[in-house]
Amino acid sequence: MLEFLGIFTTVEFYIAVVQMTTPILLAAMGGLIAERSGIIPFGMEGMMLMGTVGGVIGSGLTDRVEVGLLLAMLAGVFIAVLYAIMAVSVGANQVVTAVALNMGALGLSSLLYVLAFAGGKGEVIEDVIRVRAMPLWKIPVLGEIPFIGKVLFNQYPLVYLAFFMAPVVWFILYRTSWGLKIRAVGEHPHAADTVGIHVLKVRYLTLIVCGMLAGLAGAFLSIGAFNAWQENMTSGRGFIAYTSIVFGRWEPIGAFLGSFLFGAADALQLRMQTQNIQVPFQVMVAFPYIVTVIVLVLSGKSAKWPAASGEAFKRESK
Amino acid sequence: MTELLRLEKICKTFPGVVANDHVDLEIKKGEIHALLGENGAGKTTLMNCVYGVYRPNSGKIFWKGQEVEIHQARDAIALGIGMVHQHFMLVPPLTVAENVILGLPTRHEPFLDLASVEEKIFESGQKFHLKVDPKARIWQLPVGIQQRVEILKALYRDAELLILDEPTAVLTPQEVEELFLVLEALTEHGLSIIFITHKLEEVMRSCNRVSVLRDGRRVDTLAIEDTNPQLLAKMMVGREVLLKADKTDLPPGEVVLSVKELSAIGGRGLPAVKNVSFEVRRNEIFGIAGVDGNGQTELGETISGLLRATGGKVTISGKDATNKTPFDILNMGVAVIPPDRQKLGLLMNFAVDENLIAKSYWKPPFSKSIFLRKKEIDKFSEKAIKDFNIRTPGPEIQVKLLSGGNQQKVVIARELSKNPDLLIASQPTRGLDVSATEYVHKQLLAAREAGAAILFISTELEEILSLSDRIGVIYEGEIMGILPGKGANILEIGEMMAGLRRSNTGSEQPKKEAENASEASA
Ligand SMILES: Nc1ncnc2c1ncn2[C@@H]1O[C@H](COP(=O)(O)OP(=O)(O)O)[C@@H](O)[C@H]1O
Ligand SMILES: [Mg+2]
Repeated sequence: MLEFLGIFTTVEFYIAVVQMTTPILLAAMGGLIAERSGIIPFGMEGMMLMGTVGGVIGSGLTDRVEVGLLLAMLAGVFIAVLYAIMAVSVGANQVVTAVALNMGALGLSSLLYVLAFAGGKGEVIEDVIRVRAMPLWKIPVLGEIPFIGKVLFNQYPLVYLAFFMAPVVWFILYRTSWGLKIRAVGEHPHAADTVGIHVLKVRYLTLIVCGMLAGLAGAFLSIGAFNAWQENMTSGRGFIAYTSIVFGRWEPIGAFLGSFLFGAADALQLRMQTQNIQVPFQVMVAFPYIVTVIVLVLSGKSAKWPAASGEAFKRESK
Repeated sequence: MTELLRLEKICKTFPGVVANDHVDLEIKKGEIHALLGENGAGKTTLMNCVYGVYRPNSGKIFWKGQEVEIHQARDAIALGIGMVHQHFMLVPPLTVAENVILGLPTRHEPFLDLASVEEKIFESGQKFHLKVDPKARIWQLPVGIQQRVEILKALYRDAELLILDEPTAVLTPQEVEELFLVLEALTEHGLSIIFITHKLEEVMRSCNRVSVLRDGRRVDTLAIEDTNPQLLAKMMVGREVLLKADKTDLPPGEVVLSVKELSAIGGRGLPAVKNVSFEVRRNEIFGIAGVDGNGQTELGETISGLLRATGGKVTISGKDATNKTPFDILNMGVAVIPPDRQKLGLLMNFAVDENLIAKSYWKPPFSKSIFLRKKEIDKFSEKAIKDFNIRTPGPEIQVKLLSGGNQQKVVIARELSKNPDLLIASQPTRGLDVSATEYVHKQLLAAREAGAAILFISTELEEILSLSDRIGVIYEGEIMGILPGKGANILEIGEMMAGLRRSNTGSEQPKKEAENASEASA
């Protein structure tokens, strides 16, 4: 018990909380924008998976992290556009399409990894391939503050981006005409259509933003907090990001808190493993997911879903 | 006056329907032009062609003398055409100001500048009697105010022509008066208005000219001075019509339906029926008046067993009917004409005869043990088709292939052929043309003479006034008062419909009546 409480006294734990929050938060902010425009961002898991492999390939082949980030975004956007074609243009069932894309991304990410690093010979790669990862950026002055400086201001660039995104998304949604359009399209696409808003265009754009952010979230896992790739590296964090959105009632601040909660659960689980606390390994790994289920059960009922979420938009017959 | 809009030979067809057939129309600057026609005459379709919602199959549109192509709403808005649809196109969680500027570029794109928008809304509100709180969210506003927001939205886009599709359908009589004041203020500032309606008084009340549509064709365009309600009715329907139903004087009999302090929760989880009490007797039509969405549908559903009562009591012919199943209630001699015939009243893919026996097929003579008796069913349905004048190629035709009016006749035939003690008729004329409406009215009166007690729920105040022996006015789920039908004051009812007034006799009356009734029967 003391050992367990001891976790909360270490600075490493709080650094881990911030870092485990980052990928969930990045994806959640992208997904939030998409869902406010009326598309269920269930395909985020696949976008993130592609982001992990995009990052590792870009960084591994060119030895430059920026290229990794760029490739990660492109890979995320690739899944997002496929999703948009099916869900927005064709009007297919969004959940079914997303499940198919997530499974496809799982296979595709492994295939791309092998193609990139085994010279296209399709060999099994035995060793872990280490690639260049993001450096820590210490913010001048703030980074010197004891404890807080270490936790918040001596972090990876994507951490800063993630925490910056929450207020940015809030501002876009509530203080710009873009956000007004997004909200209108997500609540009443026909009304938006009659005042001349391109419903499909808005939905494509929000999904592309979602793909970019989810791709970066994936890259954070492979070339941010870590420097190598493994299969199914996201292990459900895309779904957890979606849960944060539901938990946060589709509000940026709420989704931020949700991401933080799950990030903390994730960090706790990791610390408990490294501290060798006598709890079965599986229980610890399951911990964030158990929190997810509890949150969904508690927030499921009074949730205020964007009214048109999940529905394809079609004009009446002409 | 100069010409603003001219339509030339507009044709629009839907699969199997010619909605607009070579329609010509001319709108002048500064006029209120009524577009009059029955349900299904093609009014909405024609205006949707002007507003770019539909593309006409052929025909030309001229705007200020120039031929124009309108491919989508955006094009119409750019020309200066605004349209308030029958179903409002507002986003409920957004504020008034946000709805008004939706889709327009802001002053410093992309940053919203709601304060200046709110100011402008306030100014137009002053100028045109369109007061609204620009910060209110749409879902918080009553329908009448939402309509103002729609008008403000069009004005904000510098509309020169405003199309209003059946704007009075959702308003109380007072709100209708206010709307006319707004329209007059707008025309004084040079706007033109197309006012779609099927109500004659409204046309006579404040329009300058009227164009009548019938079966997709324009019958004629007349100046209001040159016409009268009888003439318009004849043009609209194509024959002479009775503007008033004739009703015989009948003393009401014993109490059949008694509702005491009934409450129920509606579909959105909110209280829809609140503490409602009234009685309906034999040979009596009890009308429920009210603006759509004030709990009248839920009231009918609670009595017929479709919705759970959360409090109070329903008694039918002296027996407790509170929270009984619809089947039990059916067996108490209750007939129901539901508000949505296609969803609740009929099995659309079933044949006419199957629908006619849908509430009695398990009973003799239609059934013997587990077998249906075709001969009896044929005999019954042929008689019903004849008696109720159902226009169908035959009894084995699927109901979905009939017109709306004939579908309703199937429902009415099924419900009335069993001579019910109580008839719950909820919006029985909704969406029907004048002939079918007349028919329904006649059947209701016939049922009344045959001794049924009738609960008649309608949002059309005129038919409530012309048919009801007594009228209960419902507002937000509460009965604001009960008035005698004869000589009822329409303004008084209007105030009750808007929740502004409560009749002092209102909730007490039924109790006294109940005492009288028990005395009478003792
Ligand atoms: N989108 C549509 N698809 C098929 N038929 C339609 C459609 N809209 C209207 N109609 C048909 O066109 C005719 C005219 O309808 P409408 O313009 O709505 O009449 P009104 O507004 O005068 O009541 C009706 O027979 C209606 O059933
Ligand atoms: Mg219409």
